[in-house]
Amino acid sequence: MKKALLLPLAALLAAPAFAQPVDLTKSQLAFTLKQMGVPMSGSFKKFAANVDFNPAQPETGKADITIDTASIALPTGEASAEARKKEWFNAAQFPQARFVSSSIKALGNNRYQVAGKLTLKGISRDVSAPFTATAQGKTLTVDGTLPVSRLAFKIGEGSWSDTGTVADNVDLKFRLVLVNP
Amino acid sequence: MKPANRYHPLQIVLHGLMAVLMVATFAFGKYVHSLPLSPAKFQLISYHKWAGIAVLALVLVRIVLRLAKGAPALPGSMSPAARLVAHAGHLLLYVLMVAIPLSGWLMSSAYGIPVVMFGLWQLPDLIAANPELAPQLGQLHGLLNTVLLLAVLGHVAAALKHHFIDKDGLLSRMSLRG
Repeated sequence: MKKALLLPLAALLAAPAFAQPVDLTKSQLAFTLKQMGVPMSGSFKKFAANVDFNPAQPETGKADITIDTASIALPTGEASAEARKKEWFNAAQFPQARFVSSSIKALGNNRYQVAGKLTLKGISRDVSAPFTATAQGKTLTVDGTLPVSRLAFKIGEGSWSDTGTVADNVDLKFRLVLVNP
Repeated sequence: MKPANRYHPLQIVLHGLMAVLMVATFAFGKYVHSLPLSPAKFQLISYHKWAGIAVLALVLVRIVLRLAKGAPALPGSMSPAARLVAHAGHLLLYVLMVAIPLSGWLMSSAYGIPVVMFGLWQLPDLIAANPELAPQLGQLHGLLNTVLLLAVLGHVAAALKHHFIDKDGLLSRMSLRG
């Protein structure tokens, strides 16, 4: 009898820390950049997210996001194809980009700050982004913007490294819809 | 009141300015379309858009002037049919001068890439981003330009005919001299 009770408890304790399912159909990884002063948006259509986040205990939260770089989508087919090439994401050699959080802090007023390591094109950098968490029914929506320097990750090499045409700053916008937090 | 025998000087200046601008924008557009994606292409597309919006702005001024100042009379020697063709041709040119930049602007909006005039002033999107519609608007933009090419060739041919065959002095309507 005791054993029967203990077993599921042990199973619960042994469950991975990343237990919170992410609704990928409602989640988004988008970005905006400027070329010739013209704002342009794009997104990554395919990514996996392991997130554990409780607004009551933000410090214990974790996030591990893996992005399929070939799934990049830009306003034109030509631009999407270009972005997969060697000078940009080099999707053939670096099929995945990854973000792994190292800490999450509460900033108050439903705002939080996540710090972690972003690996793009084989280059890892420490990054930090503010986000908000909005609970609605059984979901918790995390929204944030991570400003990155594309050149720090060699995104856009050769003639594309000229920031006079495509600006260096890119805002990565993430929306993760967590179910049953 | 006797109609003037030439266009208002501002109309004449705008006619010449727009002729140069339109030929350049047309050639530029064709060239840019053929280029593979590169930083230079991004730059040229931006310049093409600025030029196109400039054409749109100038043609609006021209339309106001045309309505306010009218046009000088056509030579009495022209047949009613020739007059009809002349008026229809001019109307077509005005329609195209408005429709072509607009179709380009619509295409930009549909692609979700707004027009930022001179890299400084972002123009409002005319329609929401629509990836299915965008290439169709691109085709329309190209088609209208083909019509423009034919219309301009007809316009030039007609002017040359008036000058060298009919010798009716029609071209002086659009000249600041003599």
